[in-house]
Order: sequence, then structure tokens, then C-alpha cells
Amino acid sequence: MTTPPCKLSVKSVSKFYDGTPVLERVDLDVEAGAFCTIVGASGCGKSTFLRMLLSQEHPTRGSIQLDGNDLPEEPTPDRGIVFQKYSVFTHLTVAENLILAQEFQTSRLAGKLFGSRKQAALSDIEDLLERIGLSAAADRYPAQLSGGMQQRLAIAQALIKKPSILLLDEPFGALDPGIRLDMHELLLNLWRELGMTIFMVTHDIHEAFKLGTRLLVFDKIRHDPQAPEAFGATITYDLPLEAPEISDTAVQPDDIAETIGAGAYRNPVNNSQTNPS
Amino acid sequence: MRIINRRPSRVTALALGMVPFVATIVTYAIASHYRRLENPADKLLPSIERMGEAFWRMAAVPDRRSGDLLLWVDTFDSLWRLGTGMAVSTLLALCLGIAIGFIPHVRSTLAPYLATFSLIPPITILPILFITFGLGEVAKIALIVIGTAPVMIRSTAQAVLDIPREMIIKAETLGASVWQMITRLVLPQVLPKLITALRLGLVPAWIFLISAEAIASTTGLGYRIFLVRRYLAMDVILPYVVWITLLAFLLDRLLLLISRRAFRWHHLGSDAL
Repeated sequence: MTTPPCKLSVKSVSKFYDGTPVLERVDLDVEAGAFCTIVGASGCGKSTFLRMLLSQEHPTRGSIQLDGNDLPEEPTPDRGIVFQKYSVFTHLTVAENLILAQEFQTSRLAGKLFGSRKQAALSDIEDLLERIGLSAAADRYPAQLSGGMQQRLAIAQALIKKPSILLLDEPFGALDPGIRLDMHELLLNLWRELGMTIFMVTHDIHEAFKLGTRLLVFDKIRHDPQAPEAFGATITYDLPLEAPEISDTAVQPDDIAETIGAGAYRNPVNNSQTNPS
Repeated sequence: MRIINRRPSRVTALALGMVPFVATIVTYAIASHYRRLENPADKLLPSIERMGEAFWRMAAVPDRRSGDLLLWVDTFDSLWRLGTGMAVSTLLALCLGIAIGFIPHVRSTLAPYLATFSLIPPITILPILFITFGLGEVAKIALIVIGTAPVMIRSTAQAVLDIPREMIIKAETLGASVWQMITRLVLPQVLPKLITALRLGLVPAWIFLISAEAIASTTGLGYRIFLVRRYLAMDVILPYVVWITLLAFLLDRLLLLISRRAFRWHHLGSDAL
């Protein structure tokens, strides 16, 4: 298992909520630079898994190792995160959202820069603003942005600290199909450029096939019709995909859609909105 | 068109808003008129002119005994007590509210105590305050603080708890310390809600102020109306009530204006009353 150095290693992790298993015996080794897309029916623990990778939650059993060391106990700058909602700070403008990490780093006490140092920080992010197409909106508040613009900002903000792992929890779930395609483009370019390892939870199976180098399907292996809560989910499919944008693998999206419940495939947008778990 | 779909124009809305006020004044004027027909010296419903004269006397004619302009002395003293009390409450709400809302150990320590303390009817503490602090300013200000702070602390703590967990996690992944999260995330997110809590807290604060002044004081708006009550001086009491209401209204609008100016981002969505 440990012969090739792997970025992230999940060892027989289980997660229980009040005695109810959500995840059971999850094992996974991910090499650096992989783009793992995670799909599964609602409530099968995809988001829980992602939150454990972020240290927002902790495994009930088993362990997760990052670069050979145990995962820190709380969220740290080496793992960036983009949520579906509330990812950016509503009380800060676009530009202020992007310089915040810099402010945290240089102004330990106030966490805020003033005058020329603030100007310097603002000019440092001009290229980034250009890159995500928000130059014209730099002084607007998130509430004044469209959903797509907000998520572009969220992705840029999550990458500011140059995390080696980027976690995405249904980041495009609430966006229009056309906007999604633009976001895919942006994300793939950033991934190729920065070479980080990405974990992305999605309800859209086509998105999962298109973007990922590896597809992880979460599902319950055992199912007791008398007690649907009796067993937790685990990774049932672990498919290597070819380079993103070529979805010519043996297993087709529709086959996976079958295993995770066709509803998720037929109507991905609605589904992702109603099931934030 | 159905009545629920008809919307008044700005002018109509303004006129409609005036109707209940005008109706009240007119009703009063008529009732007062008929009472004075029977008894020209009636004290219960004095004419609007008499109230105007009395108000002018309080505001512009120096008191015979002390030489003060009573209305302004009363107003200044009352607002000073109210302002000091609310400032202390706001400071407590900010410090304790953030600590309780943000740090689970502080929450476990203080939340049950605060929940219990806030159920004590503040006015029952007033005798204790008078015994402890004497009849001076401290007791009155303390009553305002005790009456408003617990609720304001609790709503501030709730506002901290209402900050989406996502934002706090995001701040952690951007390398923020706890103190930095308080200064750059919690404080700005909570301040507009603190102003709302302050506006709501002002309502009971006025009640406690007037009560304390009525019981033991030598100046203040509450003291004055309870003093002249002995002479059935409705011509002073009614204008004072209107004046207190006006002050309360202006304070409320001022706070709303400050909130709109300082926290524009908070008012971008739908706006409340």
C-alpha cells in the first residue's frame, strides 16, 4: 500500500452519528495531483467524508493521513474549501475577500491592513481578479453578485493560500448549466496550473465524469429493508478516468446513475438543491 | 383588481399614514371641546392651545424656584441615564455575547446562568438597587442595565451562532487566529444585529427609566410627569408623553440610519421595518 508515496490515505474509516452508521470501513489512497470526483445517493455520507478530509468532523474509527502524518485536528490552510453556499464573507467586498488571507498573515493582532500596505495587498490581487473576471466587480459585495460570480470568487479565495488539497462540496449545484461549463473550464485550468489534489462532491454524474481523473461512488453495500439505517455507506466504485474531458471509459455515466438512484442523474440541478447532505 | 394587489402611490401612502394621527387629534379636540363647554376649567382634557402654552412654559420660561428650563433639564438628565445604561448594556452584549456565542466552554459556563438571570423581573430588583446604591444615579442606570443587558447578550450570542459555520471554517482555512476571526468575521457580522438588539432594548429601557425616575428622583421626564400628576396637570403630562415618544422615535430612526450607513452590505437584501 505504502510503496508509492500517496498524498492522502484513508484507513478503514467509519463515522457514526448517535450510533447510526453513516460511513463504514472506507479505505482510499490518493496520489498527489489527482482530481477525485465523489458521487452517491443523498445521505450516503459524501459530504461527511469531505468534512472529515477538512477536519471539520472526525472519524469515529480509523484514521486519515496526509503526506504520511495524521490529519490536523482542525481546518488548516493546507486544505482549501469551497461550499455550495456561504463560502465568501458577505460583509466584505470582492477585493476585500481576496486580501483577507494576506491580512490575517501580516497583521496578527488586528487582522486588517490600512493605508499603503492595504493598497499593496489590493494591487497584488489585480491579476487574480482579472483571471476570474471580477475586475469590474472588485468593490461590490457578494450579495450584489450572480451565483456564478460568487463561486468564482469562492474558488479564487480558497486557492489564495496555495493549499495542496482543494475540497469542493457541490460547488456548482446551484448554478445554471451554461455557467457550470465556464466554471468547469476555470477549475480545470487552475488544477492543471497549480497541480493540487482535488476532491469534489457532485450530484451531476456527467460533471463527475468530465472533470475527474478518478471517480468515487459512495453507496451502501448491505441493505436491511427492515432497518434502512442499520448500515453505513462505503466506496463501492473506484474508477480511474482518463484525462478530463474524455469520458470514454468502460463504465458509462448511466451505469453509475443506476447504482446511485436514477433521480440524481435525471434531474441533477433539483436534486443538488434539495439535498445539501 | 383585488385589494391585495392594489398598491398605494407614495403620496397616497403618506396621506394614509397620516390618517390615524389626524383622527386621534381631531377626536381629542372634539372631546376636549365638549368637556370644556360644560366646565371651562376642566383639567382632564385640556385644550390643545393650553397644552401648547404649558409646554412652552416648561421649555422656555425659567422655573420660578430653581431658574432652570425644566423641559431641557428633564430631557438631558433622562437621556443621560438612558444613554449611559444602554452603553453599558451594549458593551456587555458585545463582550459577553461574542464570548458565549463563539467559545463553547464559555457558552456552557454562562448560558444557563444568563437564561435564569434574564427571567428575574427587573423591577423587583429596584428596591435592592435603591438599598444598595442609594437613591442616586447609579441605581437608575443599574436598573436599565439589568433590565436590558440579559436579552441583548442573548440575542448577540444567538447572532454569533447564526453566522454560517461555512464562513468560520473558511476563515480557519485562510489561517485566521481566534482573535482575528473575532475582529474580522464575528464582529462585523454581529454589529448590525447588535444595533437591532439595541433598538429593541430601548423599548424596555424607557419603561425602566421612567419607573425609576417616578419612584426616586428630583429631575427627569418620568419624575416630572409623576410630580405634576398630583395637580392633575394633564396639560403638562400629555405634551411630555408626546415628547418622550418623539425622543424614542428619533433615537430608533437614528440607529437605523447608522446601521444603513455603516453596514450597507447587511441592508442589501430585503429590508425590515
